[in-house]
Amino acid sequence: MKQNYQDIVKKNSPKENVLINAIIAFITGGVMGIVGQFLIDGYISWFDIPTKEATVCMLVTLIFFSSLFTSLGFFDKWVNFCKCGLIIPITGFAHATMSAALEYRKEGLVTGIGMNMLKLSGAVIIFGVVSSFVFSLLRMVVGLI
Amino acid sequence: MIYLNAFLFAGLVCAIAQIILDTTKLTPGHITVIFVVLGAFLDVFNIYDKFILWAGGGALVPITSFGHNLTHGAIHGYNTEGVLGLFSGTLDLTAAGISAAIIFAFFMSLIFEPKD
Repeated sequence: MKQNYQDIVKKNSPKENVLINAIIAFITGGVMGIVGQFLIDGYISWFDIPTKEATVCMLVTLIFFSSLFTSLGFFDKWVNFCKCGLIIPITGFAHATMSAALEYRKEGLVTGIGMNMLKLSGAVIIFGVVSSFVFSLLRMVVGLI
Repeated sequence: MIYLNAFLFAGLVCAIAQIILDTTKLTPGHITVIFVVLGAFLDVFNIYDKFILWAGGGALVPITSFGHNLTHGAIHGYNTEGVLGLFSGTLDLTAAGISAAIIFAFFMSLIFEPKD
């Protein structure tokens, strides 16, 4: 009886189509890469600045627009559709920060926004800093510097 | 040509992440952390710099470049300031991104109402 039930659940639960999701993520992620490269080229030619500063400008632009679209409400739908195509680019980081800030806004400035803004994206910063410290220490010890 | 490379590289990173997300029980938070750590690791032997040369913006947009910049800043800090530079240099290159995300999120959450 229990076996039967689990078979029915398995048959009727919606299947995540791995291949289609991967293709959607490939296309949307690739488009984000093209947008990034286009913005870098654009900032270099429009403002006549070196590549390094153009890269920073590009990242800030992407962060600005994903924060704006998240607070206008329709970026969530895009993320639900594209999944990793928008989560893995820097837009996912800004989206996580922005949606946490919006969600906890009504609990007050300090206890709401201040304490919870980095709730989701804090993991990226913490693990990034810790792992980069360990890896650069490793490189220092090995003596490859 | 660099636009094609950017499309292929960024798309491939996102597709790999999507396949990991669909076939395991990891959450999106785990996936981003894995890719940040991977980017930080790839910078140890300057492998990620070659990706950036090849794919340009395609390698700079994914979160792996965040980890790459962290390690890059730490190693650069060590080269210029010694051991103290490991601490002071880590966030050098990523500071703009983190600050921008926090500042925009703060002011926009004051302006906009959350939508459901």
